[in-house]
Amino acid sequence: MKRINSNIITKTIINLCVEANLNLRRDVLSALKSACRKENNSRAKNILGDIIQNAAIARKERLAICQDTGMPLVFAEIGQDVKIIGDLKKAINKGIDKGYKKASLRNSIVGDPLLRGNSKYSPAVIHIDLVKGNKLKLTVLPKGFGCENKSALKMFNPTVSIDEVGKFIINTVKAAGPNACPPYVVGVGIGGTADYACLLAKKALLRKIRNPKSKLEKDLLASINKLNIGPMGLGGDTTALAVNIETYPTHIAGLPVAVNISCHALRSATEVL
Amino acid sequence: MRRISTPLTKEIIKTLRCGQEILLSGTIYTARDQAHKRLREAIKKHKKLPFGLNNQIIYYCGPTNTPRGKIIGSCGPTTSSRMDSFTPLLLKKGLKGIVGKGERSREVVGAIKKSKAVYFLAPAGCGALLAKKVKSSKIIAYKDLGPEAIRKLEVKDFPLIVGIDSQGRSVYAAQ
Repeated sequence: MKRINSNIITKTIINLCVEANLNLRRDVLSALKSACRKENNSRAKNILGDIIQNAAIARKERLAICQDTGMPLVFAEIGQDVKIIGDLKKAINKGIDKGYKKASLRNSIVGDPLLRGNSKYSPAVIHIDLVKGNKLKLTVLPKGFGCENKSALKMFNPTVSIDEVGKFIINTVKAAGPNACPPYVVGVGIGGTADYACLLAKKALLRKIRNPKSKLEKDLLASINKLNIGPMGLGGDTTALAVNIETYPTHIAGLPVAVNISCHALRSATEVL
Repeated sequence: MRRISTPLTKEIIKTLRCGQEILLSGTIYTARDQAHKRLREAIKKHKKLPFGLNNQIIYYCGPTNTPRGKIIGSCGPTTSSRMDSFTPLLLKKGLKGIVGKGERSREVVGAIKKSKAVYFLAPAGCGALLAKKVKSSKIIAYKDLGPEAIRKLEVKDFPLIVGIDSQGRSVYAAQ
């Protein structure tokens, strides 16, 4: 049994908040650079250049990549041979508070969704998974709400064609249009239950966006990039940088499909203890 | 690229064309969701507003906290469509310019045309880059709203694209 003190967890979360919000993920940055090289629309090319420059300024000046430092999500994969000393969730939220304060990030979280009230840094949305082994893997994903607001879930009939599923994904991107800070990374969850498909769609955003994993991902990316939404919605070849699909077995009576769109500032950071 | 300075006069607005890129210098005021709600309440109750709307520019922005030694934190635009239901009233009260990101409703496009105002797009998701263009920042109202407080900003060469011009032409429709 490996013992991990909650203080270490707090310290790790502090670092991950700062890292995720100030230093753009390398895979995202290289996808932006590659899109910028290939882009044929001159305005789109300039905007992609601005986005790349923005990431460089954020890193150098220690400024947040985007003022919407998101609703923080924390994914904790806990090895079953790990014993956590102290209160895990408290330790995580303490890390969020301290990390967000340390990097002068934005307090975007209201305590009551209906009554609103003054905003704070936390709580995070925390997803805990118990896995094999004696490690603790912590990931912070600050999710901006311009794009979170464009999420969609559809419960398809099991007899539907894959084309119909694809159309729903493309239409969700179309509905986001210019408003959610394209170029997007499109997270898709297929299967499981309604709630689980949504979680898979979010988790899909954590996967590196280097190469399409399947023909479906590749085809959807090509179709989405023909929509001519482009950076800032002003047209161009670059509407999405990637389509990441995660799947899970599902019931004979259904086919849940969830889409979680990320803006171009797809931020996350991970550490294994 | 064309440089323009506040106040936004009739003459300047008249010459702006949808799709045109400009650099803006001068005074703009941040206000987003909750500040709009309060401004609308104040107008309905005939209360004095925290700043005179006449010929002014509102920027849909809620910056991060300000890092030590900096003028402002990351400060890019937020999604404009959430403010659609408030905008016609503010334009009626003399607002002449809006800075945000994304599309506007048909009602807002109509109100912009009617008021001979202008809607600008700021580079979305480029809050660090835009922070460098802000020369001063001061909270002037609704401090309790935190990031949603109204700030008076002085900007220099703030990069913008005309999204909807005073004739009601939209850069998105033109696409």
